[in-house]
Formats: sequence, C-alpha cells, structure tokens
Amino acid sequence: MSAPDGQLVWVAIVAAALGTWIFRLSFVVLFGYLEEIPPRIDQALHFIPPAVIAAIIGPSVLLVDGTLAVTFDNERLLAAVVAMIVAWYTEEMLATIAAGLLTLWAFVFLV
Amino acid sequence: MTEPETEDIVLGLRDGAPAAIGVSPFALFIGIAAANAGLTASQAAGMSGLVYAGLSQLAMTDLLAQQASVVVIVATALIINLRFTMYSASIAPHFRQLGTVWRWLCPLLLVAPVYAIALNAFEQDRATHYGWYFLGVALPMWVIWVVGTLAGMVVGARIPSEWQLDFVVPLIFIAILMQFVNDKATVAAGLMGGGVAVGLGGLPFNLGLLIATMVGIIAGLVVNRGQL
Repeated sequence: MSAPDGQLVWVAIVAAALGTWIFRLSFVVLFGYLEEIPPRIDQALHFIPPAVIAAIIGPSVLLVDGTLAVTFDNERLLAAVVAMIVAWYTEEMLATIAAGLLTLWAFVFLV
Repeated sequence: MTEPETEDIVLGLRDGAPAAIGVSPFALFIGIAAANAGLTASQAAGMSGLVYAGLSQLAMTDLLAQQASVVVIVATALIINLRFTMYSASIAPHFRQLGTVWRWLCPLLLVAPVYAIALNAFEQDRATHYGWYFLGVALPMWVIWVVGTLAGMVVGARIPSEWQLDFVVPLIFIAILMQFVNDKATVAAGLMGGGVAVGLGGLPFNLGLLIATMVGIIAGLVVNRGQL
C-alpha cells in the first residue's frame, strides 16, 4: 500500500483543523450574539457519533474486497462481534481492544 | 506572574493529570494507525497537534489509507467534530469575565476530558483565575497527545504486519460506538448508518459514508420523535 500524497494529507489536516477551530471557538467568541444551540440541531448533533462511527466500521468489518462477507471465514467479523460484546458490558476501551485482538489472533494463528 | 495565578495553574495541572495520563494509550493507537496508513512523523504530529480530536483523526487516517478524496476526508472530519460546538456553547459562560486573548486561545485546546474537568471546576468555583486554571488542565493533555502520537508511530513501525495491528482502529471505533449506543434512537442511528454504508460501499470517493451518516442521523431523529 503506497503512502498517501503528501500535499493531499496536509490540505486535509489544515482544512480539518481550521473547521474544528471554528467549531471550538464559535460560541465562546460569539457569546452575546449566539445564546445557545437551537434544540433541534442539538438533537441532531446527538446522533452523529453513533451514525458516523457505524458508517465507518460497517464496511471495514462486513465487506471483504467489496463483497458482503458474513461468514465464519471472516475472522475480523468474529473478532468484532466479541469486541462489541465486551464493549457493551465493560465500557472499557483497553479491554475491548484486547478482546478483539486476542480473538483475531486466536483465529489467525491457531485455527 | 502572581501567586494566585501560579496556584491556579498548579491546581489545573493536578486536576488534569489523571486525564492527561489516561489519554496516552489512545494517543499511542493514533500513532500506530498513522504508521500503518503510511503517514510520516510530521504528518501524524501535525494532525494530532492541529486537529487534536481523536475520533476524527482516526477517520481521516482510515480514509487517507483508502485514497479517499480530500473533500470526503475533510467533510467526514468536520461532521464528526461538529460536537465541539456543543462544548463551545456549554463553556462559553466561563469566559465571560476573561479578555479576548483567553477567549481565542483556550477553546483551541478544548477536548472532551478538558471540557468535563473545566465545567466541574467552574460550577464548584475551584479557581480564582479560570484562564490559568484552564491552561493548567489543557496544555499538558495536548502535549501528551502529540508526544504519544509520535511514540505510537515508532512502535507501529516496528510491529510485524501479520499481527494486523491496523485492526486496532475498528476496535477503538467499536468501543466508542457502544458507549454512544444506549437507547432505541441511537441504536437506530447506528444500524442505519452501518447498513447504508455497507450497501453503498461501492460508491466512489467514499460518498457512501457521508450519505450513510445523514441517513443514520435522520433515523435517530425519527425514532426519537416516535417515542416522544
């Protein structure tokens, strides 16, 4: 896998940084002009993390080479399911990562 | 610097220390992910220092490795980071009594743990000069974030690829996802977001990701409405 183009990387970094700075500064700097976030927008913001994270990991775990792979051959899927269960019960990031990696390694190296 | 101001900085350092140490594993993983994606040390440090938002950094790194277009990469990062407007709105009253320099500087270091600690301190009136206290909490965390990223880059480069350490990135996402999914509406958001993303996985420029996110948000709002 070749490294991403240097210029593209920096354009992405700077653009994302500028936008995020604007978000961080927004209400602090404009205080007095903006009182609070409109409730409907506040509600929508609430659903961004679950939606976007699921959208990111869905394909990486369920798709192999572009095709749906919900089978026992897909070791990453099995490891991901184990990780999800551990995450649900422990709410501990390190435990989740350990569980997922160990499961993956068990399937890759032992089975 | 006066005595009380130094005291406020030290108080901030102490209050922020556990959290600053706590983010270091996450920073390490960010560095490992960056190494796996083929980023250089300065690119990884630049992303951690300038964007300074773990979830969006992971997404950006992931997309960069997939050769996604810069528009999608930036749009995804900004959608994820929209929540910083919430922190900004919530913390704005704290800066009402402070000058322009503080208002423009402190928010740049705003991340979730800093927000939580600062909010708590404000409500308990812990610090005399809130600005210096805030810096005491926020600066070490930023430094550890950048240094941790670089450390992760070094570690990541030395680990054999058979170990599939790039799988750590989806695992971190899974851990965070389960923290956010706690009622029917968020479950709906997650299911629709994931499902649509898989369905539209073939779209160019990772457009499926953006569309799936929108659909997920709408699904969450709809289910939320239905329960009110």
